[in-house]
Amino acid sequence: MNSLIVLPLLIPLFTGTILIFFAKNTLTQRWISAAGSILMIIVSLWLAATVYNEGIQTMNLGNWEAPFGITLVSDMLSALLVVTTSLIGFVCLLYSFRYIEKEREEHFYYPVFFFLLLGINGAFTTGDIFNLFVFFEVMLMSSYVLLVLGGTKIQLRETIKYLLVNVIASALFVIAVGYLYSVVGSLNMAHISVRLAEMGQSGIITVIAVLFLIVFGAKGALFPLYFWLPGSYYAPPAPVLAMFGALLTKVGIYSIARTYTLLFNQDVGFTHGLLEVLAILTIIVGVIGAIAFSDIKKIIIYNIIVAVGVILFGVATFTQESLAGSIFYIIHDMNIKAALFLLIGIVIKITGTSDMTKMGGLIHRFPALAWTFFIAAAALAGIPPLSGFPGKVLIISSGFANGNYWGAAVVLLSSLFVLFSAMKIFMNVFWGKPETYANQEKVPVKWLLASPAILTVFAVLFGFGTEALYPVIMNAAETLSNPEIYINAVLKE
Amino acid sequence: MMKTNNLILQTATKILLFVIVLFSIYMFFAGHYEPGGGFIGGLMTSGAIVLLLIAYDIKTVSKALPFDYKKVVGVGLLFATGTAAGGLLFGKPLLTHWFTYVDLPLLGKTSLHTAVLFDIGVYLVVIGTTMTIIQTIGESE
Repeated sequence: MNSLIVLPLLIPLFTGTILIFFAKNTLTQRWISAAGSILMIIVSLWLAATVYNEGIQTMNLGNWEAPFGITLVSDMLSALLVVTTSLIGFVCLLYSFRYIEKEREEHFYYPVFFFLLLGINGAFTTGDIFNLFVFFEVMLMSSYVLLVLGGTKIQLRETIKYLLVNVIASALFVIAVGYLYSVVGSLNMAHISVRLAEMGQSGIITVIAVLFLIVFGAKGALFPLYFWLPGSYYAPPAPVLAMFGALLTKVGIYSIARTYTLLFNQDVGFTHGLLEVLAILTIIVGVIGAIAFSDIKKIIIYNIIVAVGVILFGVATFTQESLAGSIFYIIHDMNIKAALFLLIGIVIKITGTSDMTKMGGLIHRFPALAWTFFIAAAALAGIPPLSGFPGKVLIISSGFANGNYWGAAVVLLSSLFVLFSAMKIFMNVFWGKPETYANQEKVPVKWLLASPAILTVFAVLFGFGTEALYPVIMNAAETLSNPEIYINAVLKE
Repeated sequence: MMKTNNLILQTATKILLFVIVLFSIYMFFAGHYEPGGGFIGGLMTSGAIVLLLIAYDIKTVSKALPFDYKKVVGVGLLFATGTAAGGLLFGKPLLTHWFTYVDLPLLGKTSLHTAVLFDIGVYLVVIGTTMTIIQTIGESE
């Protein structure tokens, strides 16, 4: 038994708890939180290396044997996502030090930040469907606080919407888990998978599968349940927005990917067919939003929705190759969305507006900011050799190989529009006649730029290092496409 | 606010407070083997403090019980996570508990269980959270 698997959960929990005691001392809070998140990165990398070398790691909480107690399971996919989460957490934290106002810092910004990380890492690591709900709640409670913290009018309004949508989705989640439990009599995901395979295909299981799709679709912003996202994500400040945009929707997507590969793999024609249609519609809606708005926050927010569609299209195609593509793409997207939100956060801080028609010429004054944005935008669109490319190639080529020409064509075309939307920002904000802004001298651009620059460097390395990462990603995809590997690791048969 | 004559409430509260707190402690220790535990024990204790708040006012109560309830939550979380993580030090999974039986004078055969430490954490977190919520709502009025 290796206790490494539980450390990415324990470290944020302990750090967050200790931070409660230093609420009024912002400097101490910053040091403790930086130390905690660096520790998280080290531990999660170590965990990923262990999973890669020794196979899936499990831990039965409270020493209760596998199908009876709660099991934490770390396979390659969840380990990779935990690594990415820890990295983005660290970078957003660095950014927050100089971006978040003192009032927010004193009102438990950092403790809640760590509880959010706990919820996200927990959702990626758990092997129990009810425990997944619990970690969803931990994550959502923290996100409510981060969303409303500051108490501006728009924040309060959007928090009510966000709360309502998520409370309803959470209620449906419990109902769905209840249905599933009444059918199979187990909550351990590996055990559910075994039971479902024994029972074979039946109508009720398809219904439950669709119910789970509704639940996770509402959390992950899948068409037609994405409606809350553009408004709610618009409200909080940039580092919180980056955390939400990069990580929260991805937890929903991860849950769909996990349940639709491990549990609901009997009636693939219907369930995955439905997922595919929804994924394509999600891409189309996201693209329309991304090119329609002239508000830079809104444009990037709609790009989240495009990415949700692209990743889930890979999951719906359901071959090892397409799953590998989805895994490549989800990691890329977490990384690059965080970078882009942090970058436009700096732009908004400098110009004092998020309407790009009122900006211009920032490249003259801030060339480093402009070129970092350019590289990040190119990576977002998937221009080779940057990080969006390998994922999209695998997703699209496996889409074509499975005869799904329309879907693959939509994914392909969407990249073009994504590039258009990102370049529209670049041309309007950074090119043109330089203007002077009241705040431009006060913004600590160098410090703030460090965070997105780190992520952009990772995007470049990720693109160039695809060959080296390929065996790791294939390892993750293999576990997803062969549920037996996961089941054997958990139930040790 | 209109000054009301709440002599009866205040006198009754002085006695009832101890009854409620004692009962909450009883419920707290009844937990694990019988119905009870940190959660309802904590709720009951905070119920007693709320009664005190109604009978007197926030200032008097915060003078009698000068706790920062947010830090109470922190202490409770430390207890709970500390107990949960304690198993790791002995090479056991997270949340593994340990217990033994000892013979105590007066009480006889008693079980000592690490779950009590965990429950103290839950108890403190529940009191801290409830009182923070109630104080925040009460102060804004």
